[in-house]
Amino acid sequence: MRIITDMFAYDFMNNAFSAAGIVAVVSGLVGYFLVMRGQTFAGHALSHIGFAGATGATLLGLAPLWGLVGFTLGAGIVMGLLGERISNRDVAIGVVLALALGFGLLFLHYYTAFATQATALLFGNVLAVDRATIVTLAALGLVTLAALAAIMRPLIFASLQPELAEAKGVPLRFVSTAFLAIVALAVSECAQIVGVLLVFTLMVGPPAAAQRLTTGVWSGLAVAALLALVESWFGLSLAFYSDWPVSFCIAILSAAGYFAALAMPLRGARPAGAGVIEGAA
Amino acid sequence: MTTSAVDLTHVTIRVGARDVLKDVSFAIRPGEFIGVLGPNGSGKTTLMRAILGLLPPSEGQVRVFGGAPQRGDVSIGYLPQVRTVLPDLRVRGLDFIASSLNGERWGLPRLSRADHAMIDETLALVGAHELARRPLAEMSGGERQRLLLAQALIGKPQLLLLDEPLISLDARHQEVAIEVVRRVCRERGTTVLFSAHELNQLIGTLDRVLYLGNGQAVLGTVDEVITTPVLSRLFGTSIHVVRADGHIFVMARGRDVEHVDHLHNNEHGHAHHH
Repeated sequence: MRIITDMFAYDFMNNAFSAAGIVAVVSGLVGYFLVMRGQTFAGHALSHIGFAGATGATLLGLAPLWGLVGFTLGAGIVMGLLGERISNRDVAIGVVLALALGFGLLFLHYYTAFATQATALLFGNVLAVDRATIVTLAALGLVTLAALAAIMRPLIFASLQPELAEAKGVPLRFVSTAFLAIVALAVSECAQIVGVLLVFTLMVGPPAAAQRLTTGVWSGLAVAALLALVESWFGLSLAFYSDWPVSFCIAILSAAGYFAALAMPLRGARPAGAGVIEGAA
Repeated sequence: MTTSAVDLTHVTIRVGARDVLKDVSFAIRPGEFIGVLGPNGSGKTTLMRAILGLLPPSEGQVRVFGGAPQRGDVSIGYLPQVRTVLPDLRVRGLDFIASSLNGERWGLPRLSRADHAMIDETLALVGAHELARRPLAEMSGGERQRLLLAQALIGKPQLLLLDEPLISLDARHQEVAIEVVRRVCRERGTTVLFSAHELNQLIGTLDRVLYLGNGQAVLGTVDEVITTPVLSRLFGTSIHVVRADGHIFVMARGRDVEHVDHLHNNEHGHAHHH
């Protein structure tokens, strides 16, 4: 017991647990829809674009978080307006992603004084989170989840059955743009904890595992959020006792969770009694 | 005189630079079962999208039960030809269907007891009760198609637009699907537009045929429409109609047009679905 309480004797660990908790829940919930819509690559690209925003903001003397939010939000909205066909096109996204990283590098080049800034942005720096940042993350998280809740019903409809949703009057373009804006906010949050290069660990790993483990939307959301929370908190603990980087610990737990889910026997794969029929045939 | 269920007067619909339908006029009576036939690209889907209010005609007028077509019209049940297949989606059938119930409203999804009952009832109608609990990723193309048919019937629509509902169904389920739609049509007086590749399966069921081709449309009984002169005009090539043993074969240069078409479409289906 002592060994666990040790961890919370430090303010920076308490802050890290709060920040990681907030971000994990937001990432898991938003990520569930990202996986459902098959847009994980778009999420990845948004985080790289955010890198350019964050380094650009640092260069201008602003907080990196607002650079992240500004750039990812702008890019998310543009991708949404260009339409599903383009935002799902791997090559176009890949080119923009590389361009954004390049710009990020350029901005860093002119900001040599803070080389550590690059590592923090790319791989996260949750142990340096302060009280003020937690408040910002909580507020941003609430806005993100409120927006998600507002569009959730048409979002599910449009994701599962776009042709019918269009016929029933769902504004597809608006819904997908709003969703990518929500993803942009979640990515900005997530990058604070695990860095822009590792947003997949919280936004894709846990939701993808949840997709394997559940067949209902609500249960899937619950499992995705819970897995993200457990993985990030265990990752923090593991880092504390092992002295490995936090983001590495979360990454390894995320991968372990996903592959464990893949190895699990599928739920609801066959209706009850189907084996009997197969046996008889 | 009663109002037509679907009425087109001198309608031209342009998709891109092409007039898919050109100066088309016809009227479908309420409660009719219409088989919509025609080669690929002849405008079957385009026609349905126009009736749904998704494609405004560039000329002429489309009327649905006397009014202009409206997006989100609850009196229309629609089974779209599914083009998007999401990878590895393990959402169960129930949630898939539930997403369409008031899916256009904002906020969180909620299923009332009545919604549940409605879903159960229609699933039972198409004999797909067990699909409610099965994840989408594990369903065959035919099972998904049955799910879509069940979904189109929810809410007892007055007009059913079924775009190729028989695709990827095996012979037995094709018969079940046709029978279910026929019963809904007769018992509820629902008007049905049922597009298909093969005429013969529908011959005993349909009231009239709407044959599309070459930008034109001809509505009439099988005997009026499925004739050498009419089809030659619609296909833009010399067509022979051969009747044998209660079946009708539409031949172009010695080959069965519908059959060739059907194979062609299956290739398409594979490319999109797998």
